[in-house]
Amino acid sequence: MKVWDAIIIGGGHNGLVNACYLQRAGLDVLVVEKNDWVGGAATSRELAPGFLYSNCSYVCSLFRPEIMRDLELPRFGLQVIAYEGGAVFTRDGDYLANYRDHDAHRREFARFSKRDAEAYDRYARDVTRQCRFIQPLLMRTAPDPTSLRPRDLGELLYLGKKFAGLSAEEMALTLRFWTMSISEFLDEYFETDVIKANFALSGIIGTALGPMSPGTAYVLLHHYMGEVDGSVGAWGYARGGMGAVTKALAASFKASGGTIRTGAEVDHVLVGRGKARGVVLAGGEEVYCKLVVSNADVKRTFLKLVEEKELPDIFLRRVRNFKIRGSSGKVNIALDSLPEFPALPKDSPVYRGDMHFTDSVERMERAYDDWKAGRWSADPFLDMVIPTTLDPTMAPPGKHFMSCFVQYAPPKVNGREWTDADRDGFAESVIAQIADYSPGFRDRIVHMEVRTPREIEAEVGLTEGNIFQGELTFDQLLFNRPVPGYAQYRSPVGGLYICGSSTHPGGGVMGAPGRNAAADILRDLAKSTSHMSPAHDVI
Amino acid sequence: MTSFETIVIGGGHNGLVTAATLAKAGRKVLVLEAGSEVGGAARTEEFAPGFRTSAIAHLLSRLHPDVVKTLDLEKHGLRVARADFVPSVALSKDGPPLVLHGAYGEVLTGASPSEQSAWKELRAQLLRYAGTLKPFLSRRPPDLAGMSLLESASLGQTALALKKLGKEDMRDFLRVLLMNVADLLDEQLGDIRLKGLLAFDATLGSHLGPRSPTSLLGLYYRLAGETAGVAGAQALPQGGMGAVIAAIRAAAEGAGAVIRASAPVAKIIVEKGRAVGVVLDNGEVLHARTIVSAINPATTFLDLVGPREIDTGLMRKVKNIRMKGDAAKLNLALDRPPQFTGVDAAGHRGRLVIAPSPDHVERAFNPCKYGEFSLEPVMEITLPSLADPSLAPNGACVLSAVVQYAPYALKEGWDAGKPKFLKAVMAQLEAYAPGIGKSVVHAELLTPADIETRYRMPGGHWHHGELQADQMLISRPVSGWSGYDTPIEGLFLAGAGSHPGGGVSGAPGLNAARRIIAMKG
Amino acid sequence: MARQISKKPASKTANTVVSARIAAQSHFRTLRLGTPFQPRIDALARTQDWYNWAGYHAPHSLWDEELEYFAIRSQAALFDISPMTKYRIEGPDAEALLNRVTLRDVAKLRPGRVHYTAWCDDEGFVLDDGTLFRLSPTRFRLCSQERHLPWLLDSAIGFDVTVEEETEAVAGLALQGPTSFAVLRDAGFAGVEKLKVFDLADFPHDGGSVTISRTGFTGDLGYELFVSADKALSLWDRLMIAGELRGIRAIGYTALNRARLEAGLIVANADFTTAEHAIRADRPRMPDEIGLGFMIDLKKGHFNGRRAILEARVKRKLRHVLVGLEIEGNIPAEHAIVYYKKSREVGLVSAAMWSPMAKRNIAIASLERPFGDTIVEDLWVEIYAMRELQYQKLMKRAKVVARPFIKLDRRTANPPADF
Repeated sequence: MKVWDAIIIGGGHNGLVNACYLQRAGLDVLVVEKNDWVGGAATSRELAPGFLYSNCSYVCSLFRPEIMRDLELPRFGLQVIAYEGGAVFTRDGDYLANYRDHDAHRREFARFSKRDAEAYDRYARDVTRQCRFIQPLLMRTAPDPTSLRPRDLGELLYLGKKFAGLSAEEMALTLRFWTMSISEFLDEYFETDVIKANFALSGIIGTALGPMSPGTAYVLLHHYMGEVDGSVGAWGYARGGMGAVTKALAASFKASGGTIRTGAEVDHVLVGRGKARGVVLAGGEEVYCKLVVSNADVKRTFLKLVEEKELPDIFLRRVRNFKIRGSSGKVNIALDSLPEFPALPKDSPVYRGDMHFTDSVERMERAYDDWKAGRWSADPFLDMVIPTTLDPTMAPPGKHFMSCFVQYAPPKVNGREWTDADRDGFAESVIAQIADYSPGFRDRIVHMEVRTPREIEAEVGLTEGNIFQGELTFDQLLFNRPVPGYAQYRSPVGGLYICGSSTHPGGGVMGAPGRNAAADILRDLAKSTSHMSPAHDVI
Repeated sequence: MTSFETIVIGGGHNGLVTAATLAKAGRKVLVLEAGSEVGGAARTEEFAPGFRTSAIAHLLSRLHPDVVKTLDLEKHGLRVARADFVPSVALSKDGPPLVLHGAYGEVLTGASPSEQSAWKELRAQLLRYAGTLKPFLSRRPPDLAGMSLLESASLGQTALALKKLGKEDMRDFLRVLLMNVADLLDEQLGDIRLKGLLAFDATLGSHLGPRSPTSLLGLYYRLAGETAGVAGAQALPQGGMGAVIAAIRAAAEGAGAVIRASAPVAKIIVEKGRAVGVVLDNGEVLHARTIVSAINPATTFLDLVGPREIDTGLMRKVKNIRMKGDAAKLNLALDRPPQFTGVDAAGHRGRLVIAPSPDHVERAFNPCKYGEFSLEPVMEITLPSLADPSLAPNGACVLSAVVQYAPYALKEGWDAGKPKFLKAVMAQLEAYAPGIGKSVVHAELLTPADIETRYRMPGGHWHHGELQADQMLISRPVSGWSGYDTPIEGLFLAGAGSHPGGGVSGAPGLNAARRIIAMKG
Repeated sequence: MARQISKKPASKTANTVVSARIAAQSHFRTLRLGTPFQPRIDALARTQDWYNWAGYHAPHSLWDEELEYFAIRSQAALFDISPMTKYRIEGPDAEALLNRVTLRDVAKLRPGRVHYTAWCDDEGFVLDDGTLFRLSPTRFRLCSQERHLPWLLDSAIGFDVTVEEETEAVAGLALQGPTSFAVLRDAGFAGVEKLKVFDLADFPHDGGSVTISRTGFTGDLGYELFVSADKALSLWDRLMIAGELRGIRAIGYTALNRARLEAGLIVANADFTTAEHAIRADRPRMPDEIGLGFMIDLKKGHFNGRRAILEARVKRKLRHVLVGLEIEGNIPAEHAIVYYKKSREVGLVSAAMWSPMAKRNIAIASLERPFGDTIVEDLWVEIYAMRELQYQKLMKRAKVVARPFIKLDRRTANPPADF
């Protein structure tokens, strides 16, 4: 009877990162994945002949460079191609572009407001200051503020020292960042609606909040963190689609001797005498191990994969109270030619970046009101990219793949499950919006994949279709993520860990949860973590 | 000319508390009130012949015990006892109401047994957590830049109080601190009437819906208040809120403070960075060593001091204080007491709340984000003349209601919007008290724009600045100047715009006075 | 509830504001703009050695750094200052606004005069330094390194004044060097001899006018000329023709930078970090910490940062001081660390050179007080001189000296000398 050192449930990016680090520490690691392919929400799938779809996550932005280095991802084929621009189309036939060049950026803003153009530097300074404060926390395990253990006290002290190291003005700014809405925050810097919308979108992507909800200023930081160390290409496409990230991870894992079983859905975790002993697969097969790491979200892990009797009531209550409402969907489209946007000059770099149609904070917020009422947004917010403008490998010659990330889509429609008709209505709201800005768009569509929270949950296993495996509000961040008392990748069951985005520091294709969990597991096993790079310095 | 050491601008309850506290400490104090009488939005006013009501604040729920004690308010005629506590009634269109008796639902009626026990647990928890925060109310916010030993020690006390909660309780406390109220209610309660009431209470007076993160803080703020020594209790003062003002005024005058009404201040005179006096609208100049502004902080800095005497960064911060109110006040003169469906006599003497569910409150909130008013507004209603017949002619009745959401900056303008909003409010009332419309003798609806003009409250906001997490404690009224002093030497702030915020608590006024005494300012 | 906002784009727009905005879209094709003088500069740019000055491509040098420098000191040098940020501040309260914003007393600045000034945030940290031109009792031009429109507009709340950014609309030239006066006179600017240092006046040019001030960034006799962008080329030609026999030469920034260092002048974001760009809390500087304390006028009434500056002075919270150093030897000490007694780190050199005029090795450095303030002895700089892929480390004695490092009587002589 084979007993693995560790079994990782789920071959998403965090599961694979975790597996790589454990395998490289000398453990004998098995990854079990229910789909016939690995990748979780970071996949590339050929859903139409010749077209590769990044059908869930679509942008490589937050992935920690320390992990890329440790796991040698470039060696295993990962190439990231940076966005060259981005834009918000305006209803008056114009657009506001984001250019990489600082002066072009300023001149573009000055087309709308000279004041806003000159306000950008102060805004960027304040955001940068906050990112520098928070970024080092990404690669650390959050302390338990109620604990008196030396390690927790040490981490608390670290937090306290970092905070005390700020000037009084910065402390006030930090508190504001954690509690303000992105809309109100931006009001203090900018006067032009489209410019505010242009920044506000980073405060809502992936959340079940609107730009006017307190706490969204922090979400913006979460999305900006990837850029903080100045690594060029922080926001970009993975060549070959997002699957290239997990493909490289899987290759790295296998190269170090790891084993992956696909098509192997876990029915439940085997627990004996309060300790994880293995997993039982859907077919009844039992696979044994010394420890289990779940890449599934906290609800799926503890409410579906572990029997209730193994868990204390207070823990179960907190897991049930974990907020994991899905808020987004995807519409992935194969096109027979590059769509035209009459507002946009043909040689604009914006085609090679992210495009949006929501030109005011109010439209964004109204889209959220629909979500609150249990409907998909009639006038949705789209984060639209055409990766084939930079990566021709994803479509046949001359043809294009387009990814539209769509907010908002509720986990249930008016309190009931999504139907196919709902899904079509949702897709139509997206296509109609694009077609408003791109005449003839419908005629270019060759194939389309529509993913509501229902499809995302069914295929990827993200509960309620929440892409961050849990909302990014203060009650679910740091020592509260996923639940108070268990913010350290452990669980009440001995030898059972979690390593997905439900844990600190949260979602996005970042890899930090998987890495941090590995560090804590290795610490528990009293094994060396010398193969893990420490977090990059922020000086 | 009599000379005064201290001039207090604004005779609202906070100004009076500051004046009384300073006078009791031996200062010669002059209070300058712009209106014809003191009390601001806590006055009792006649709004129709023979009908009187509390101007804006109509319930006593958070007058700070230190204020009562320091100013001996009981001796000056303010007496509230347990017998005066009034219940909160969550009205329902479809059935009987649910009633929170005693101090914020010590007893809950109209709910299922399981809901009652869930409520008991939640209520205890809320009061425990609010109690942890309570000491902050009567303290100066910590000065982060140069924290004194005393300040560090008091923060340490809070940490200790937290520890006393016990490990799991403390964990829950830290989790829910900045949470939205709707989610917490969904976690613990089932009855949408009860949840609606709590969602309403958490968001009353703020630009938040129950689904907005941090909205739970509003409930803590409410429950950190106490009446007659009991947390969460509320009472309708005999004679309206004006009676509370009268007691504070008596305390101030008893200690020797001089009060001048109809004396609006036009300017604070600043010489070489120091406030040395004020100029009244009529040109009269009054000098004093200490000037205390108990009016709105933005009005103080931008209008009375003026941008030329303050730094641009501070002016920016002051202009960025969000203070656009969403609450309107409805005063109805009724020819007979209304009958709210299913509510008993005791209930009618309490606080009647129309907020059928958290979702309803949230839906009512939505339009105000875009400068539109709620078509199905939520409100809290009192009928003060039932317990105090002096407020209305014989057999008639006064209805006083605070109604949300009515955004200060209504897109279509309040001239056009007010009749429409009144219609929406009356339609809501009619649904819960059939026939009430026909008994209206006179209706007075004060939109935030009206409240701004009448009570000199910018934005018509009774907190003088949104009471949200980013405008609390060290950020209230602005970061860097949260401790009642200002960059202008000799000028202090004492109004609701300062920590801890609004409501008839007197805490900002008291804290400011303590600061002035400590600074020998 | 009915949606009150449209979600569709308008089909065609007739709005002139929108069409003007759309017409400006094409800027993305040219990341570095040319100034109004660009055709002339391009024609002279033999080194093709450019840098980015606030979004413009500006020359490091045009043909020979050394000779360009000597054009400043021995002939007349023409330097394009058009990319400098310029604001027009106009209205009955313009003086009051500038008094509130800047450190010096603007009431003392008469119309037709210029002064060098600086401005601070609430904490007394310097936002920028620059020159303020009083064009009339109610009209000013503020020239600066960084951009400040939101700060100026917010500061203007409550003042009867308009603030407009006019960087692109106004072209600027610095004409510096001993023969600069003669060049202007020969170019026909009658009356220019009357301009004393920091005076300004308007002169007719090409059917319009040019504002000439006797100012500069070189510590030499020199002038600055401002003209509307459409008359820039004719002004350039007028000067070049008139100056031919006086040795007029167009120059790039490298030469100018040397001259400014000899003159002991500082550059924002080179010798100190401006407050709005400082990411790290300890980097911003108060005026007293960068040698601009002389500007602070505590008698004039309130100005931004007054309270913080005063408090720092009273409570002795000033932590840095900016000094001129004379360093032994002749090896430039650019970005060298300054030591006390060869061991204790006390500061950093921000600019350094061998001065051809002073024949001394000079530097500007920021030191931590009391070093450079009350302790000025036993200071050293460690120079890492890279020579053929090896650092030659030199520990050289540094002496705190007064700035400017050179003093030229011709700069202030009246009437200006005719060389």
